[in-house]
Amino acid sequence: MNQKIAITGMGIISSIGNNVEENFVSLKTGRHGISDIQMFETRHAGTFKTGEIKKSNEELVQQLQLSEDNNITRTSLLGMVAAKEAVESAGISDINGYRTGLISSTSVGGMDVTEKYFYSYEDFPEKQKYIDAHDAGNSSLAIADYLGLKGMVSTISTACSSAANAIMMGAKLIRNGVLDRVIVGGTDSLSKFTLNGFNTLMILTDSYNTPFDNDRKGLNLGEAAAYIVLESDEVVKKENKKVLAYLSGYGNANDAHHQTASSENGQGAFLAMQQALKVSGLNKENIDYINVHGTATPNNDLSEGIAMIRIFGEGQVPEFSSTKAFTGHTLAAAAGIEAVYSILAMQHGVIFPNLNFKTKMEEFDLTPITELKEKSIHHVLSNSFGFGGNCSTLIFSKS
Amino acid sequence: MSAVYINSASCISVQDTLKENFFQNLNPENSVQTLKAIDPNYKEFIPPAMIRRMSKTVKMSSVASHYALKEAGIEQPDAIIVGTGMGCSQDSEKFLKNVIDNHEEFLTPTFFIQSTHNTVAGQIALGLQCHAYNFTYVNTSSSLEFSFLDAKLQINDGEADNVLVGSTDEQTGRTMELYCLNNTIKKEEDLPADYLHSETNGVIWGEGAAFFVLGKNKTNNSYARLKNIQISSKVDLDETQDFIDGFLAQNNVKNEDIDAVILGFSGDAKSDLYYTKAAELFPASTLLYYKHLSGEFNTASGFSTFMACHILKDQQIPDVMMINDVKKGEVRNILLYNHLAGEDHSLVLLERA
Repeated sequence: MNQKIAITGMGIISSIGNNVEENFVSLKTGRHGISDIQMFETRHAGTFKTGEIKKSNEELVQQLQLSEDNNITRTSLLGMVAAKEAVESAGISDINGYRTGLISSTSVGGMDVTEKYFYSYEDFPEKQKYIDAHDAGNSSLAIADYLGLKGMVSTISTACSSAANAIMMGAKLIRNGVLDRVIVGGTDSLSKFTLNGFNTLMILTDSYNTPFDNDRKGLNLGEAAAYIVLESDEVVKKENKKVLAYLSGYGNANDAHHQTASSENGQGAFLAMQQALKVSGLNKENIDYINVHGTATPNNDLSEGIAMIRIFGEGQVPEFSSTKAFTGHTLAAAAGIEAVYSILAMQHGVIFPNLNFKTKMEEFDLTPITELKEKSIHHVLSNSFGFGGNCSTLIFSKS
Repeated sequence: MSAVYINSASCISVQDTLKENFFQNLNPENSVQTLKAIDPNYKEFIPPAMIRRMSKTVKMSSVASHYALKEAGIEQPDAIIVGTGMGCSQDSEKFLKNVIDNHEEFLTPTFFIQSTHNTVAGQIALGLQCHAYNFTYVNTSSSLEFSFLDAKLQINDGEADNVLVGSTDEQTGRTMELYCLNNTIKKEEDLPADYLHSETNGVIWGEGAAFFVLGKNKTNNSYARLKNIQISSKVDLDETQDFIDGFLAQNNVKNEDIDAVILGFSGDAKSDLYYTKAAELFPASTLLYYKHLSGEFNTASGFSTFMACHILKDQQIPDVMMINDVKKGEVRNILLYNHLAGEDHSLVLLERA
């Protein structure tokens, strides 16, 4: 790519921390966030563990100082927390001072409230304000409103690859001079809808997820929100901005194999990684670390592993780890939080461990990094794949 | 950014827009709360076993995208970009009902699998075995416009020559009930709706799908040049005219150069004020409206964009869309302005190809 895009801010809330610093400490000390479900009602509460954020909506409303008559659902509340941190960390005071946009992703939107009152809204007039908060687009408008942002706001929903696509679209808007600055990432809260959906697919583990392990049994769902701030070179220069890292490549492809399953040869993943490398202008040897999608489902890890070997060559796959054993799979937010983790890895020169790994998969010779490892990291490749065959890869580079 | 061409256009809507002579047979509707899109004969396109499993939005998109590709003579697009406000709401609703009714037990995955917002784009890719760039925008009201913008960026970045772009939204039973409950949909006693001079709030809800092929190059079949797009999450009423003037200035176009303006008048008194403000800027242009033909919904602008394409190509304007009496000899430039209930505003500038 002829123009790397500067990243000047980041913000996050996940089950391992309420901000960037807390997330970093958890990643460094190996403290995961997978626990029993407490915050929403489901009969599976004792069966499945998730990466749940132990803050109630009321606490979040209070933290954000929203008015009591708000109709903000959990997805947007989490998004507001993370987006606010991102904007502050980028040192932005006048949000509309430049042409600023927000590209946010979500898969559930306001489903967590819809599923509570779906049949009974008629009986709860005071809850009817949430009807409008159901659609995914509403969550991004609410976050933009909270930030005081008036401008280009968009929502992307490509299942578990959503936030990678939000980041990608943001980069393209800056590269083409449509925007000067854009807040990109994603947010998803847990819901009964999603938990039961993944359960019907039989890809939830009844224990702790073990990415890239031969005996992996499935994923833990999680909830999170994370955003990074992308700014044009002109703004960076003019404002003398500190650059945290660069987005140097991106790729998007479709597996075109099955609505929910990944192909045997990982074609979509292969094409996404290939495209991202091409856009970045980097050689595959330049990649120091891969933050894999690594959901710990039998299907994903096999398909992704094969695609990595196809790209990098047998025995030449860079050091990699999945951070989903820490956070669970946070769906439309996943690529956002993994963008933050990729940047932290470069800033601090560490690879975060792939927790819970014991046995190498029998299909190939790939072993993730299982202990915190210090290493100078210049380029990170981050994968995110989703239902609908959506496959996306981002490449981050050290500033 | 350079302009791109709209090289094909296909629409399934409340009108019979798949028919050749639909321009002469447009029927406005103002007396019911919801309007359903006319189903084509799906059997001509989709195997019967699949028809039963597919939701309306997937079926409509399957047919509309088929026609759009065929008309443009494209077998494999270089990107597939779909916009939808509500996504696959029929299957979402079915799965949610199963979850609640069965107390989270005895569930099957089919409806969940088909419930994700990107099902349409994914299904099209699957059907075409197309591994190309694949995106789904789910904005409140600007999903199609963002899809157009993305297609333009893909073409400008040299990543694509031909992009399949579509918008689609379907109705579901319970969502329509809830929209009546919160007065998104006009109260029965406020019907029939007056689309242009409404004194009551609420809209008549519709549905539909529209697909286009955007190309780098002009073809014999080109409908229009897509010059530019502007999107804003929020516009204050008194900023409306600056929002539009700024966009025109950015594109070196004067108000009098705009031959026709297609406005999103929906019969929602409160938010229609934006369109009234917009109309004031164009005293010498043909002013048009369309939601009496399509209904209001998250991607209603798919219908108006489709109509704009035909107006530019055929150089004819259906009388039923006219707000004023101004008629120009030639329609060269069309401006489309849309929002949903005052949120998520978009401007699209089209030029005769």
